[in-house]
Amino acid sequence: MTAEQIPGAAAASVPGAASAPGAAAASVPGAAPAAAQRVGEAPLLRIDGLSVDFHTDDGVVHAVTDVSLEVVAGEIVAIVGESGSGKTVTAMSVLRLLPKAAEVSADAIAFRGTDLRTLSGSELRKVRGGPVGMIFQDPMTALNPVMTIGAQVAEAVVLHQARSDKKAAWQRAVELLRLVGVPDPAERVKQYPHEFSGGMRQRAMIAMAIANDPDLIIADEPTTALDVTIQAQVLALLKKAQAETGAATILITHDLGIVAELADRVVVMYAGRVVETAGVGELFATPRHPYTKGLLASLPRMDVDVDQLDPIPGNPPNMADPPAGCAFHPRCPLARDKCLTDRPPLLAIGAGRTSACHFSEELA
Amino acid sequence: MTVSAPAVRTPAGAALRRFRKHPAAVVSVVFIALVVLAAIFARPLSGHDPNAIDLLSARSGPSGGHLLGTDSTGRDVLSRLLFAGRISLGVGIASAAIAVVIGTVLGSIAGLLGGWVDGLVMRLADVFMSFPSLVVIVVVAGILGPSVLTMVIAIGLFQWPVCGRIVRGVTLSLREQEFVLASRATGAGPLWLMRKHIIPAALPPVSVVATLAVAQAIALEATLSFLGLGVQPPAASWGNMLTDAQSLTVIRSEPWLWLSPGIAVALTVLAVNFIGDGLRDAVDPRSSS
Repeated sequence: MTAEQIPGAAAASVPGAASAPGAAAASVPGAAPAAAQRVGEAPLLRIDGLSVDFHTDDGVVHAVTDVSLEVVAGEIVAIVGESGSGKTVTAMSVLRLLPKAAEVSADAIAFRGTDLRTLSGSELRKVRGGPVGMIFQDPMTALNPVMTIGAQVAEAVVLHQARSDKKAAWQRAVELLRLVGVPDPAERVKQYPHEFSGGMRQRAMIAMAIANDPDLIIADEPTTALDVTIQAQVLALLKKAQAETGAATILITHDLGIVAELADRVVVMYAGRVVETAGVGELFATPRHPYTKGLLASLPRMDVDVDQLDPIPGNPPNMADPPAGCAFHPRCPLARDKCLTDRPPLLAIGAGRTSACHFSEELA
Repeated sequence: MTVSAPAVRTPAGAALRRFRKHPAAVVSVVFIALVVLAAIFARPLSGHDPNAIDLLSARSGPSGGHLLGTDSTGRDVLSRLLFAGRISLGVGIASAAIAVVIGTVLGSIAGLLGGWVDGLVMRLADVFMSFPSLVVIVVVAGILGPSVLTMVIAIGLFQWPVCGRIVRGVTLSLREQEFVLASRATGAGPLWLMRKHIIPAALPPVSVVATLAVAQAIALEATLSFLGLGVQPPAASWGNMLTDAQSLTVIRSEPWLWLSPGIAVALTVLAVNFIGDGLRDAVDPRSSS
């Protein structure tokens, strides 16, 4: 851990950043109020220097490079980025759910102080669905079409029972479905996924994720596949589930509206790297990376009058052949010569804030 | 909410409806059920001991006392036919069961684990499929001595690759499904995935190959017993009853000796195959005829 990192608050840091030029401004004693109360508290989840490569026919794809992040108990951390920015891969690597073709390297992936990479298969399975619950993006495909909803929710319960008790698991499934707001759960447990609407299915998925009272919920685009009207309901439910279980949540999304609604802290990813981290208020008020700024400018807002929304020009980079220097430079309005050759390190730029831009100060 | 009214369409219910559209298959189910019942109640139905020798009434044609006549030692043909049904069906079902169990276990392991395990299992399947099974079984029966058990195991061993390949294919396609990933994310291990997600999904196609395997095994049993390598006399099987038909005299003048076991084998194999066809359509929602 580098010197300027504030324990539990700073999300990401590049090893050796302290010695990099410009790091002098980094170390700010005394963190933001939200972070201050957590100083000294060991993080629930700590990912340090995570890189994930996929070996494909088109060469090696660096899906995630040197990502570090921490999640403390009870907080909601949003990972934001476009498709292919590595946010899902980052989350999947926590529970080692990536396909075998993925080459994962990291200094640490520690959950409650235990490095998950050292666990045996059966130890890992106790963590999956136990203290770490996962919610998937598409409830249409994440439920087995030929199993009843009840059987699938009960599956999450049975798998973590010390002694198999199917009757108790089934009752717990009914109770969980009631908890997540499925009407008439005693009857609906017997139904198949195709008899459930998208929103109801996502509720069932949430029920599975919280079945064993997790400490950490990983929600991978939990509302992306849903109608807008249903999204609000599911978000409210996520909030409720999080409040009731007290679980920390990693919320993966590309929707800044959801981030504003739910998150405490935001990690912005671009091209497999963390480009900015900040508390949610600061991020929306003063984004310190041009990519974040661009994302915000492309979002309609209630509180600011704009004539026209500004989309970010260009396309996300091809990850098999990312641009040299700063990966964002081809799309960046601030890009200068330096950006074409030097990749900006992720530096602390304030209390609990980091940015990977050579010119982050200009954005302040 | 009254969503769970009688209108609930379960996957099994839909399959049953499709199966009923197959008249030949439905008739075959009834036929096989009758054959099974006849085999179970062989003794009361025939009223004779299948091995009771009665030289005085040997080689007599069908009559009131012996509905299907008697053979060269005066044994009641109907009684032997029904008792033979037990053996033939038993061998068919037992060896198909062996094939399905081996095939399902090896196929799902190969598909789930992949890598060298997959390679090993599939090469093993290739080896079994490329051997002329009849020749090998004849040799094995020659070495170990012919017995029902040897025959069941040998037939089962040579039929597992068909089932194994199907289960492997199902496993490979399921492995990439998100609900399998979701199940793993809730803590499911390989055994659990096999039991809860893969085998249930593989069951429909497996039930089809299992049925066809039963038909093949019955025919193979008849062949082996006919050749004297399967069920040994005095126990009766449809195959060794046909052995009597090796002489032209019998074929010409005593048709009751070979007609009934011949018809029994042919109809049973045909019916089981029809059921297999019906199942194939029933478990595949896309097939509409």
